[in-house]
Amino acid sequence: MWKVTEQDLESIAIGAGILGTGGGGNPYVGMLRARQMIREFGPVKVLSSDELNSDDRIICVGGIGAPTVGIEKMRDKQAYYAMRAIEDYTGLKATALVSNEIGGSNSLEPLIPAAISGLPVVDADGMGRAFPQYHLKTYFVYGAPYAPLALADEKGNTMIIPEAISAHWVERMARAVTIQMGCVACYATTPMNAEQIRNTAVLDTLTLAKDLGDAVKRAREQHEDPIAGILDTHPGKVLFQGKIVDLERRTTQGFARGKVTIEGIGGYADDHMEIEFQNENLIASISGDLVCIVPDLICIVDTERAEPITTELLRYGFRVTVLGFPAPDLWTTPEGLAVAGPRAFGYEVDYTPIVI
Amino acid sequence: MRIGIDVGGTNTDAVLLDGDVLVAQTKQPTTADVTSGILSALKAVLERKPETASVEAVMLGTTHFTNALLEHKQLSQAATLRLCLPATTLLPPLIDWPDELRTAIGGYTYLVHGGHEFDGREISPLDEEEIRKAAKDMRNNGVRGVAVSGVFSPVDTSHEERAGAIIREESPGLNVTLSSEIGRVGILERENAATLNACLVDVAERTINAIRNAISSLGLDAPLFLSQNDGTLMDAEFAASYPVFTIASGPTNSMRGAAFLSGVLDGIVVDIGGTSTDGGALVSGFPREASVAVNVGGVRTNFRMPDVFSIALGGGSIVQIDPLQIGPGSVGYRLVEEGLVFGGNVLTTTDMAVVAGLADIGNSGLAGGIGKSLAEAVISEIQTRIENVVDQLKLNAAPVPVILVGGGNILVKDSLAGASDVLRPEYAGVANAIGAAIAQVGGQVEKVYSLSDVSREEALASARQEATDKAVGAGADPATVEIVEVEEVPLAYLPSNAVRVRIKAVGNLANL
Repeated sequence: MWKVTEQDLESIAIGAGILGTGGGGNPYVGMLRARQMIREFGPVKVLSSDELNSDDRIICVGGIGAPTVGIEKMRDKQAYYAMRAIEDYTGLKATALVSNEIGGSNSLEPLIPAAISGLPVVDADGMGRAFPQYHLKTYFVYGAPYAPLALADEKGNTMIIPEAISAHWVERMARAVTIQMGCVACYATTPMNAEQIRNTAVLDTLTLAKDLGDAVKRAREQHEDPIAGILDTHPGKVLFQGKIVDLERRTTQGFARGKVTIEGIGGYADDHMEIEFQNENLIASISGDLVCIVPDLICIVDTERAEPITTELLRYGFRVTVLGFPAPDLWTTPEGLAVAGPRAFGYEVDYTPIVI
Repeated sequence: MRIGIDVGGTNTDAVLLDGDVLVAQTKQPTTADVTSGILSALKAVLERKPETASVEAVMLGTTHFTNALLEHKQLSQAATLRLCLPATTLLPPLIDWPDELRTAIGGYTYLVHGGHEFDGREISPLDEEEIRKAAKDMRNNGVRGVAVSGVFSPVDTSHEERAGAIIREESPGLNVTLSSEIGRVGILERENAATLNACLVDVAERTINAIRNAISSLGLDAPLFLSQNDGTLMDAEFAASYPVFTIASGPTNSMRGAAFLSGVLDGIVVDIGGTSTDGGALVSGFPREASVAVNVGGVRTNFRMPDVFSIALGGGSIVQIDPLQIGPGSVGYRLVEEGLVFGGNVLTTTDMAVVAGLADIGNSGLAGGIGKSLAEAVISEIQTRIENVVDQLKLNAAPVPVILVGGGNILVKDSLAGASDVLRPEYAGVANAIGAAIAQVGGQVEKVYSLSDVSREEALASARQEATDKAVGAGADPATVEIVEVEEVPLAYLPSNAVRVRIKAVGNLANL
């Protein structure tokens, strides 16, 4: 057990930016919101999955909508309202909360209802990275219930999706309602039990995000290499180092798709890396050879400060380092790859794990 | 003829321009009261004015209001009224401000009903009585400036406009700033910028009046304009209401001046001073704007600031030999006393440029102990750093013209990797004052359109028209107005096809 204090939030935000693999939105507003709630209600307890009891009921909460809307109509306590709504509907009181997505601003969302209600959060999430849609979670791949689901806006409107034929259908319906709600809704899932968390969640990821952020901050303060700090914290490797020389973008169906080309510097001087992204970075290749494929993590950070760069902020001339990390094991099974492997994103290639 | 003045931290520069011809230039020390420095500079250039010619306008760039914010001096009591309820209550206005600055301006904040959704629906209707109550409370608290910020006011400005009118009705004399007139999407940053403006209105009015008096005391009957950070001008009356637009007008004027002096409209300007180098990109003769939040006095803002990339390298940067290190320490303006070639005992980049044969200043004999190969190694490292600045500012790999200004330009050779051409315009020393004197005004629009209601073409046409109208409203000759920037960004994770459009129109000042 540990406690998230105001001082930890900046570290979590940096770590969540790295694990966001280019997506998940900017965590600045989320960080301020969590800070405000921790200032008001006190630090939030974090439980590891083995500290859960058999009668614990854990609700997963997350934000749904558009990051650009969230920096204008900033979220309030929607996740808390959604949590209360699903409790009322199911008649089950939550004893803890858990994150849906450790990558980007969603990593901080459970801290807000947790601070308000005094409940702990579980050190886990349903992705171990960032993905753009509701159904792309390990929870649902391995049988945790994707419905009933509660959605809430900031005005006092809530909605329950009692039943659906798949998690993907929940995503479609929830997205349509979210637009009506003004695009910054939050959702809360049916409570999971301890066993479901242990079997379906990517574990210890809040700690991982904090440790990554701490390593980056410590290296910056001591004028050491923050990228080495990241790799000492979490096994992975430098895939490439260079300068962004080309950027192609197109937006279809609300997804920012594109390709970024990086020209090698130093030991990579004679090569080019290409990364295909759809909100998140999905496929990286060096001079035509695939070197990292979704669900493995492809993270672009600035070479000097290791500041994570989201896909919307990529720009010509940036000096970047591309890091690759193995996907959580839950994603690399046939069931996992069917949901979040390269073919699920329209790439006709087979997943081959990153070699580190 | 026109007079351009740049009030910097050290010098107040002035130029007298006849059309495109530089008639006179001067450098005078900046004074604490600002106006005496301006008076001396004005007098100096007016002495060179032909008897028959008349001065049609005075254009001024100043860092005075930026300094007021940085030093927390002369700031007015300010309030921020957010139109949002029942949304965005968790993070109230001024949430991430430095405590001292918030205390210095009083920090009164009000949340009331109103504001819009991303697609233009109302979050809730305005409650006029609630706004009147807030306005009374502001008056009772001695507030002088009010920032009004509505959720999604870049989509629909009507609530901010109505709330502003109610405040003026209820508490006449309060100076109202609407956030939609200042910044873009991103409520905290836009609201912050509007509040910074609100706390500057008194100092702006006093300073601008003093400068106007100084101008008329010399018998000049010419209108006064102030430089904005986007490279256009605002008249003195508008400037008194929108002082925040002068922030960062220094680098902007330097870039605009460099464009004018070199004739290059699209390229990279590198201003190499004594301590630091500032680079910026010119797009159609205007500085490219920063796309991320810019920090002003510890406050995050998102209004149209120039995209400047700076490194700690200049003509006064100190060079250490073993191990070789260039900067970040600098002798700054004391270069002419402390540099080796000027008889001092500090080894600087300028000494290296002299030994390497790039410059002929001071007494090269005084730096005789430095080997030529060492000097060339240092110059080569400087070259690499400047090339990196240029590269960071480019949007693609194609070579672009590079314009060097600032005294430190002697550190750089005549060719740079990534540059199609390296230009060093004459009179680069007064580029800022020349940049101020370029008589153009503009209008800018940034809005979010939902393409389920209008077509993309209709949305763009409507934004173009609005930007053009704003430019004409600011004093542009309608015949000369052109669109200089169009940016269109679709909103991600939103399958309803909403798009953010930013358009800027610029024209020449009418009647000039």
